Amino acid sequence: MKAVITVIGKDMVGILAKVSGACAEMNVNVIEVTQSILDGYFCMVMIVDISKMNAEMDVLNGKLKDAVPEMVVHLMHEDIFNAMHRI
Amino acid sequence: MLNFNDIMETITMIQEENLDIRTITMGISLLDCADSDIDRSCEKVYNKIYEKAKDLVKTGEYIEKKYQIPIVNKRISVTPISMLVAVSGGDPVKYAKTLDRVAKDVGVNFIGGFSALVQKGFSAGDRELIEAIPRALAETDFVCSSVNIGSTKAGINMDAVKLMGGVVRQAAELTADRQCIGAAKLVVFCNAPDDNPFMAGAFHGVGEPDVVLNVGVSGPGVVRAALAKMPEDAPLNEVAEIIKKTAFKITRMGQLVGTEASRMLGVPFGIIDLSLAPTPAVGDSVAHILEEIGLEQCGTHGTTAALAMLNDAVKKGGIMASSSVGGLSGAFIPVTEDAGMIAAARSGVLGIEKLEAMTAVCSVGLDMIVIPGETPAETISAIIADEAAIGMVNSKTTAVRVIPAIGCKEGDELDFGGLLGSGPIMKLHSQSSCKMINRGGRIPAPMQSLKN
Repeated sequence: MKAVITVIGKDMVGILAKVSGACAEMNVNVIEVTQSILDGYFCMVMIVDISKMNAEMDVLNGKLKDAVPEMVVHLMHEDIFNAMHRI
Repeated sequence: MLNFNDIMETITMIQEENLDIRTITMGISLLDCADSDIDRSCEKVYNKIYEKAKDLVKTGEYIEKKYQIPIVNKRISVTPISMLVAVSGGDPVKYAKTLDRVAKDVGVNFIGGFSALVQKGFSAGDRELIEAIPRALAETDFVCSSVNIGSTKAGINMDAVKLMGGVVRQAAELTADRQCIGAAKLVVFCNAPDDNPFMAGAFHGVGEPDVVLNVGVSGPGVVRAALAKMPEDAPLNEVAEIIKKTAFKITRMGQLVGTEASRMLGVPFGIIDLSLAPTPAVGDSVAHILEEIGLEQCGTHGTTAALAMLNDAVKKGGIMASSSVGGLSGAFIPVTEDAGMIAAARSGVLGIEKLEAMTAVCSVGLDMIVIPGETPAETISAIIADEAAIGMVNSKTTAVRVIPAIGCKEGDELDFGGLLGSGPIMKLHSQSSCKMINRGGRIPAPMQSLKN
């Protein structure tokens, strides 16, 4: 089972570290990260493995938001994207 | 591999454009609860519903968390209660109270099925149930009621139409102190679907399995946002194409949630009802989609054509996305539940005649319309008859849910709060339809009924 984390906001030091720290705390493995800086805005999409996660999705969601409160963070299950964008 | 644009599109749909699962509705058959003793029958009804639906809300909440998608309502629909009344006799309101109690105990938002199917005539229990509807709706909070008075196969039961005009009025009168809410929980159908998950018209048809899970998805905001990104001069076939693609994506999400919920509950998955069901929230309006297509205000000339295209494109996208599309599937036009419609009704652009024309091409009928409190029962019956005729001849579902604003004067508004919204009183004709309605009898089934 995988999930997608997106983080958007003003660039600053340690975003990736904080987000991946929150993941590690919950036993969530980071599989893939793409990030770019667009006109000073940090934009990151992270694919993570949640099959061994030690709590439920909304706990992870809360932790991520707490880790980087100044950023816009979204967490979604991979199934949603596959259902909507694959025939 | 997931595509960045797809990811962002989905997130925007859910977070900003109000894409949601409008309802997961568990259909439960009560045929095995019938008993000649009404109290025993009620007890069996309570036990069966409680047993089957006790995990419904919990499961819905779990899926919401897992997929981070809002599931706005968890509901139950049951076998038309008139069938139980036929066996047990007694006061049908007892059943309504039982349904209300179990709905509260399992934590659902609404329970539908205080219903009777009388398209061709009344059988045992039907008349008793219909006459008890106003009291049942006044004395309960979560119970919804519907009556099917016509179909393409059977024609229109004008005796039932006559009866229902009075029932709608009484339902409003008995709840006059609560914004006439009784009438907002009552739908009069022609060609009622057996598997509709949306309230107030949901009931569990007799041909359905013992227990089934139906899902209603919604997303007018998503469709409007997709259209807003198109060039202003894009031809209508391209507009239809975008609507179709968006409907596809919405339906797929519903399918995912429905399959997951039915797996967790151990209940067969029934249908997805892909309906653009508006809410009074900003950005969640069907009228605004029509306006995005190119109308200055919903209700003006061109509205029917735009709605016909919208309704059809939504169905086509849905059909491609899931092999179990059912229920009403299309565009809803409930006036008080739609910010754009409320505005159009207030400004006088949207009137009852235009709404009636719109119901010939959308998925339901005259829905959530506030009418003057002094409207005679016969006029309400005549509105029902008109609407049923449209449904009967066009082989489609039509319905009437009008709310007589008892004790209010012109210019007043009713405010139901929540998803039901608010709306101004809509003007009707004052000329009488009494003579026709009092004739009663039956409008014979049209030529379309002889397809065999």
